[in-house]
Amino acid sequence: MDRAETDAKIREIAEPFNKKGVTITEDTSFQNDLEFDSLTVMDFVAEIEDEFDIIISMNQQAEIVTYGQLVDAVHKLRSA
Amino acid sequence: MSEGISQPDRPADETRIDESKAGDLFSKFDPVIAMREGLLAKGVEDPFNLVMEKVLSPTRAVCNGRDTILLGTYNYMGMTFDPDVIAAGEQALRDFGSGTTGSRVLNGTYQGHREVEDALREFYGFDHAMVFSTGYQANLGIISTIAGKGDYIVLDIDSHASIWDGCKLGDAEIVPFRHNDIEAMEKRLKRISEGAGKLVVLEGVYSMLGDIAPLKEMVAVAKKYGAMVLVDEAHSMGFIGANGRGVVEQAGVIDDVDFIIGTFSKSVGTVGGFCVSNHPKFEIMRLVCRPYVFTASLPPSVVATACTSIRKLMDGGEKRAHLWENSKALHKGLKDLGFQLGTEEPESAIIAVIMPDLEQGAAMWEALIKGGLYVNLARPPATPANMTLLRCSLCAEHSEEEVGEILAIFEKAGKAVGII
Repeated sequence: MDRAETDAKIREIAEPFNKKGVTITEDTSFQNDLEFDSLTVMDFVAEIEDEFDIIISMNQQAEIVTYGQLVDAVHKLRSA
Repeated sequence: MSEGISQPDRPADETRIDESKAGDLFSKFDPVIAMREGLLAKGVEDPFNLVMEKVLSPTRAVCNGRDTILLGTYNYMGMTFDPDVIAAGEQALRDFGSGTTGSRVLNGTYQGHREVEDALREFYGFDHAMVFSTGYQANLGIISTIAGKGDYIVLDIDSHASIWDGCKLGDAEIVPFRHNDIEAMEKRLKRISEGAGKLVVLEGVYSMLGDIAPLKEMVAVAKKYGAMVLVDEAHSMGFIGANGRGVVEQAGVIDDVDFIIGTFSKSVGTVGGFCVSNHPKFEIMRLVCRPYVFTASLPPSVVATACTSIRKLMDGGEKRAHLWENSKALHKGLKDLGFQLGTEEPESAIIAVIMPDLEQGAAMWEALIKGGLYVNLARPPATPANMTLLRCSLCAEHSEEEVGEILAIFEKAGKAVGII
């Protein structure tokens, strides 16, 4: 799976969590733009983990602020 | 979970800071200050500034000038005024003085510290017991010390703040799963590479809703993936399980768990924390666990009261039975009155009453305290799913009549506030 395919899949997973219909770009922030609270983050991360069969620990999540960073992280974990 | 009044047990998200106030380190607390002022401006008696002027018994006190039934103290077994417990404390105070002024590993281990650890080993039937100065430090110390860099901690998302802080203090990778979700836990364990160290952290009773964990299944899954298991039994010691050893005993998995964490500040009736374990190398913890080493040990009177209390809890069968009757009676009574509760059936000595919102929850709390009943108000973001809860914790010393009185106060307050 290349980065574009990873991006497309994550975009699909993010859709139902994006309650305000914010346009998601590489720089969209989960906390400030999408206003995800900690429980939403847990559910969202769990779906990504299940889809890609990876673990994104809270330590790794702390480094991820924007949508682009998430796609990079998942892509990297997937190819590891 | 816990006594977090204005903050969640989980580490909080970064708060955005108003640029105009840059430099004032207290600016980050402005949202909390505003929330508190908003609540008090409505004229509500401050739920987080209660003073007990006089404590009459494990179930009665004079609070803010009123004779009050205590239904939110975690004093499950009512040991705080037990004559034998008090006598032991008085004797130790005279014989050993008011404090140890030292760490357990230097000058802070007295005869009483040994004796209370012996009592714990007997109570649980484990090889090792280590006493900390608080339950918070027990979780903080054990979790942060045993799970190091490259190891994984898999834990329930509704874990107590002391567990989260233990994670934060250590260097392990932190992987949470949805509350009490066996499948979600297994999926995460399955994905961790085989060679990595794994610690699964669970609680017997979760104190916000008073629900218990499916430990039989969860411990089996953890063992299947080669993880060590730590269970916090703070809210079950003394009355859940045939010998009061906790949900691990009730679920029949006590021999499969690696560590049990507990506290003296609930059923035992004083203050302090502990860890019991059968791990052959466990004693090394006394040298490497920083929250154990770098703090003063418990005062002699505290360990003496704890020791006497723990030994009495071993024979607490009748009290356990009465506490269960109280829990069932209160749960049924509140349900029949039309209140929404945290669990379908009573699972522990905690009954959580779910409020429609914070404002009505605060009004209800005030109506109860004015009616002579103290319960814990728990509010977002310290609560699961951002609920506002009135948490009731029962005591074995509550009489049947008192439970009736409690229900009458709830009915009157509930009708006055318009919740039922």
